Amino acid sequence: MNWITNYVRPRINSIFSRREVPDNLWTKCDECGTMLFHRELKGNQNVCTQCDHHMSISPRDRFEALFDGGVFVEVEVPEPVADPLQFRDQKKYPERMKAAQKKTGEKEAMLVAEGDIGRTPIVVACQDFSFMGGSMGMYVGNAIIAAAERAIKLKRPLVLFSAAGGARMQEGILSLMQMPRTTVAVQMLKEAGLPYIVVLTHPTTGGVTASYAMLGDVQISEPNALICFAGPRVIQQTIGEKLPEGFQRAEYLLDHGMLDRVTKRTELKGELVSIIRMLMGMSPAVAGDLPAPEVTVDSPEAPENESQDAKSD
Amino acid sequence: MTNYLDFEKPLAEIEGKAEELRALAQQNEEMDVADEAAALDRKASELLEELYKELTPWRKCQVARHPERPHCRDYINELFTDYTPLAGDRNFADDIAVMGGLARFNDKPVVVIGQEKGHDTKSRISHNFGMARPEGYRKAVRLMEMADRFGLPVVTLVDTAGAYPGKGAEERGQSEAIARSTEMCLQIGVPLVSVIIGEGGSGGAVAFATANRVAMLEHSVYSVISPEGCASILWKDSTKMREAAEALRVTAQDLELLGVADRVISEPMGGAHRDRQATMQSVGSAIGSMLSELEEMSKADLVANRRQKFLNIGSKGLAA
Repeated sequence: MNWITNYVRPRINSIFSRREVPDNLWTKCDECGTMLFHRELKGNQNVCTQCDHHMSISPRDRFEALFDGGVFVEVEVPEPVADPLQFRDQKKYPERMKAAQKKTGEKEAMLVAEGDIGRTPIVVACQDFSFMGGSMGMYVGNAIIAAAERAIKLKRPLVLFSAAGGARMQEGILSLMQMPRTTVAVQMLKEAGLPYIVVLTHPTTGGVTASYAMLGDVQISEPNALICFAGPRVIQQTIGEKLPEGFQRAEYLLDHGMLDRVTKRTELKGELVSIIRMLMGMSPAVAGDLPAPEVTVDSPEAPENESQDAKSD
Repeated sequence: MTNYLDFEKPLAEIEGKAEELRALAQQNEEMDVADEAAALDRKASELLEELYKELTPWRKCQVARHPERPHCRDYINELFTDYTPLAGDRNFADDIAVMGGLARFNDKPVVVIGQEKGHDTKSRISHNFGMARPEGYRKAVRLMEMADRFGLPVVTLVDTAGAYPGKGAEERGQSEAIARSTEMCLQIGVPLVSVIIGEGGSGGAVAFATANRVAMLEHSVYSVISPEGCASILWKDSTKMREAAEALRVTAQDLELLGVADRVISEPMGGAHRDRQATMQSVGSAIGSMLSELEEMSKADLVANRRQKFLNIGSKGLAA
């Protein structure tokens, strides 16, 4: 034991790698209480093998499961001004950011990537609820705009996984302004004739639901996800009566005509591939497990994209 | 003036004294109180100036919510002619938290839409305190679509604490309705100008205020969350709304710095409610000049201008 193992290594790990969970760890399902072997749970994309409860999954783990062979390339997101309002509550905003970065190993609350799913090229944006409640600030807005622009450049559909408590209060009005900003991104996709598919995951609430998360061509949700504008607690306070069973959950929204489908996480990839290939006028997907694509995905600066750049710009 | 805000209490005392004095003089003709009353008036107006010279963000929230502040209905009556209200979302109901229809502004036909809070207990309840349900946003979408089809400019007047958080509103797709309204704001090929006349509360305001030009009255506020709500989440104490209002940067002045508001419309000394007529006239001339700025623009330019405006917002932060 020395200072390298005690101090430097953990720090490096926290900066560069995702949280490493030891392989022999067990996780308790918060729904049915079953103890689940970590590796088995991860293999099932954090869905309880006993009761099908969908636990949260990080964007990186989701991408690994979603993309063929787990291969994807991150799409760069333009950095916004840090702490634009110099916001202070009980903690300073930059301190909250640092804590969230340390906890998640990610830079911000959204990850954007491109790659193939079922040999179908797509761009995917995924919101990270564990990063300050997935809250939507300038970065998340920039990420969605970058994702839409990338999709348009590559003529690919955009799939967006939403998960957020709402707007990021520490960015005040600028977080609110992400509602119109992200709506512009969605409009650009629609004008380019490209599918925009939203997968709502637990929980998606507030200004996020009231903008890009509700504007998809196809709206899919994971089972039992809470999806709402105002949360159940706020409503209960306002109307002072008990809310019905399952209120604002995915299945309830499906019943009320607000969603197209509720789909299990483990069946999502197949469904996305099938829907996207139809919307894009492609041949039916080949069933079965596909190996990683032989050719690696185009890097953002790949020269063969240059001609497309000129057209789409 | 019957409604004094808490920070106006000293003012209320002085004005009360002056009034008493005058009442006394009316009963007793031998008393000459003119000088004394005038002195009190002077003192009151000095105090008013002192109080309103630099309102704190929280006090501005209070002024923005003042019950005697001119509301959407007042502006429509004062500034527009031939106002023809149009009702309903063609799906479920007519939500009168949102009022809107055809009207003429300076003789030119426009579509005007806004949130109405109501002016007494009865009308406040029927207007649901200006908190719209999905039907309100869907009515707005319908009116904007019509404006687009007939080439009529759209004027929106924003004054809402936010969208209504209710069971039915959620069931009927509150979030989707707001998202569609914002989307419609961004896609219409006609000039869209918006004035925040009181409270610009969160998504419920964005759904109307995603405009080519956004003006804010001097003591209006526009925020992602109410200061009370923010305080209860971040400070775990809803009485910390003063701190929250400060941190959130909700004032027209800050929002102009941030590029969210394009212009700030001055209010009479002591706030809009102290001279409603003058306030409404200033708002009218701001609407006129914003509309004339957009008059020459083509459909495509109007859409592109609006999109670019919002894409650019926030790129610099507070350059303070």
